[in-house]
Amino acid sequence: MTQTDPGKTAEEKAQSRQETKQALKGFGRKKQNLIPILQKVQGRLGYLPREAMTEIAEYLNIPDIDVYGVVTFYNQFRLTPPGRHSVRVCLGTACHMKGGYITLDAWKRRLDINPGETTTDREFDMDTVACVGCCTKAPVTVVDNKPEGKVEPTRVDGILLAFEQEREVKDKEESESS
Amino acid sequence: MKAAERAAVADAFKEIKERAESRWRELWHNKPVIMVGTATCGRAAGALEVLQTFRDEVKKRNLDCPVIEVGCMGHCYAEPLVIISKPGYPPICYGYVNPVIAERLLKEFVLGDNPCPEFVIGALEENDIVPSFTDFPRAQYEQKIILKNCGHTDPTEIDHYIAGGGYSALAKALEMTPEDIVDEVKKSGLRGRGGAGFPAGLKWEYCRNTRGRPKYIICNADEGDPGAFMDRSILESDPHSVIEGMIIAGYATGARYGYIYVRAEYPLAVERTQIALTQAKKFRLLGNHILGSSFNFDIILFQGSGAFVCGEATAMAASIEGKPGTPRARPPRMTTEGLFGKPTVVNNVKTLAFVPPIIRNGAGWLKSTGTKESSGTAVFALAGKIVNTGLVEVPMGTTLRQIIYEVGSGIPGGKRFRAVQIGGPSGGCLPEPALDLPVDFDSLRDAGAMMGSGGMVVLDEDDCMVEIARYFLEFTQRESCGKCTFCRLGTKQMLEVLNDFTLGQGKIEDIDSLERLAEEVKAGSLCGLGQTAPNPILTTLRYFREEYEEHILMGRCPALMCRQLIAYYILPDKCERSCDACVGSCTVEAISANKKRIKVIDQEKCVKCGTCLAACPPQYNAVVKLSPPSEVPKK
Repeated sequence: MTQTDPGKTAEEKAQSRQETKQALKGFGRKKQNLIPILQKVQGRLGYLPREAMTEIAEYLNIPDIDVYGVVTFYNQFRLTPPGRHSVRVCLGTACHMKGGYITLDAWKRRLDINPGETTTDREFDMDTVACVGCCTKAPVTVVDNKPEGKVEPTRVDGILLAFEQEREVKDKEESESS
Repeated sequence: MKAAERAAVADAFKEIKERAESRWRELWHNKPVIMVGTATCGRAAGALEVLQTFRDEVKKRNLDCPVIEVGCMGHCYAEPLVIISKPGYPPICYGYVNPVIAERLLKEFVLGDNPCPEFVIGALEENDIVPSFTDFPRAQYEQKIILKNCGHTDPTEIDHYIAGGGYSALAKALEMTPEDIVDEVKKSGLRGRGGAGFPAGLKWEYCRNTRGRPKYIICNADEGDPGAFMDRSILESDPHSVIEGMIIAGYATGARYGYIYVRAEYPLAVERTQIALTQAKKFRLLGNHILGSSFNFDIILFQGSGAFVCGEATAMAASIEGKPGTPRARPPRMTTEGLFGKPTVVNNVKTLAFVPPIIRNGAGWLKSTGTKESSGTAVFALAGKIVNTGLVEVPMGTTLRQIIYEVGSGIPGGKRFRAVQIGGPSGGCLPEPALDLPVDFDSLRDAGAMMGSGGMVVLDEDDCMVEIARYFLEFTQRESCGKCTFCRLGTKQMLEVLNDFTLGQGKIEDIDSLERLAEEVKAGSLCGLGQTAPNPILTTLRYFREEYEEHILMGRCPALMCRQLIAYYILPDKCERSCDACVGSCTVEAISANKKRIKVIDQEKCVKCGTCLAACPPQYNAVVKLSPPSEVPKK
């Protein structure tokens, strides 16, 4: 199994193992529960670190590789920690024809990462999605689980600016309260 | 079923129905009702903010006016949609509503007597006050069967569904023998709406006649085709119709369990289906002893994890079993050896949604709509370059031209129609002459496309056919599960050839090898993904070959879409010196003004995003696309 998260301390690892154990409660030890379990664990941890996968394999009494095989087969599962905000650029047919690839370029340029990656400050993670079914609002980007319609390069800048302002306000409040 | 049991079912259902009807009457009794469409398409346009505005205002004024969430009416182009029903007026649908308009509607219509005709899309009934939907040209073609409830009832309220006749088909079915139900569905001519068009009744019969227990029904809601959103919309707007269809299918085939396999990308559909399942269980419409009969049936909601291939039945079964979703060779059919090795029926969401109306109205009723070989209606998701994007339901046999120009109101901006892409990555692009084809399973297949799940993306003169073929290949190549060599490597090779074309690096003989490879991938793949993956290439080659040749021989993209083959250029004689719109809009600061204040694009810096073209005021129209890029005049 590849190292999914090299810079992690033993303490953090123990914590994700603990979280995984919590999430496993209530699931039967049948292999058919593997995907629902992975979904739940990812829902809690935000991604599937190595410790979580070995924990799950042990629980279901299956080889580690079976868990890893399923995790890497499905697009939904991620092996790296997510950012605070998630950006999912829709590349469905309608979005593509209305310039979704141009929107993706704009996100890549602004965040300086490729699809599937997280920014170094862990603020944003970005990925593509095959279609979110909002084809009438193309091109669509799902930002923090909210589908945004008609996201063109200028709107990308607008969304990022809104986050930046939000953060500035928060920082200011924090410095004032401290 | 014994007479006593039949009477018990009838009594149990009567009680549920009476209660639902009285609650429904109470909702509408002598007061205005506001319905906000909050399906995903509505939410993307801001429906939740509108909903909140209505709720806040109603609360602030202490009004007796329920504000309820409904699903999608299909007029997605005008989202967010709101329907206001007020005693003395027909129910009126408003479009493009925002919080400010919402406040006005409440003040002027709900509290006053001004129905605000400026925001009206249409009334649901004919009247003398505002235009109604029946006056729309599309009303002549549309016939809603499975979308009937969508957008008019609250999907989280089982009573709304029951009051509208819901679950009466289940009560009726439980009084029939399973064989009679299978017969009825067979006679109705219902064909699978997942795309292949296999007769649903026949599938049920195979499963019924196979030994092995427990049997399973799987509802295929893994709507992976990019550009299709019918299943999402039905599950978000009317989940009970699918659940009822599944329970009837379970009874008819002798199944004990049902699975609804929903895509992970549809969180709202998952949420609303889960609510619906819980309610059905509470009303004893699901679970043990359904409506007091001896029939037991449970439904489990299973969330997919983002793999397109899982829409294939055998891959879906593997996925539910907790394995990577790779398809297997058939036979054995799913109806013989399916989920966990047991007889299994896999039906699409829409197929199952057709079951309750068939049982309620009889086989002949469905047969009376549509064509001889394809009965009933077809649901399409209209998207792309079309005015009325959204969902439409038309009888089978309606022509593509009627759907695009009458129902969809044609292409926006006076542009020329180029092609219509039907059936997603498995389908094909059909040109103008094919527009008079009637839409049914067989005619579309003959034309090289397929009904697929029903995505219909309209393309205009700005869309490049080579690029769209490349786009679909990129998709299928990524989603290929890797089991069959032809699919795994063949799609990759085809994609590389197409990539070369769009970069202007192709050779003319590549077209022939592409065609040959496409046929081989078709023949050498196990499942539908690989067998249909070459369709976008084959149809574009069949109908738009000259576009391929232009890319290769002249390095020119006639639709001005392929980015490596175009350049943006500002016409110096059209550029207005006092205007700086493009300079400000450019996302990479590639535009500057020269000494004469004429704007110039730095071709090295330009990322060809097209923002300047959109920003240039229409009275100047100075920004143009040129292909090949060498057309740009040198200084």
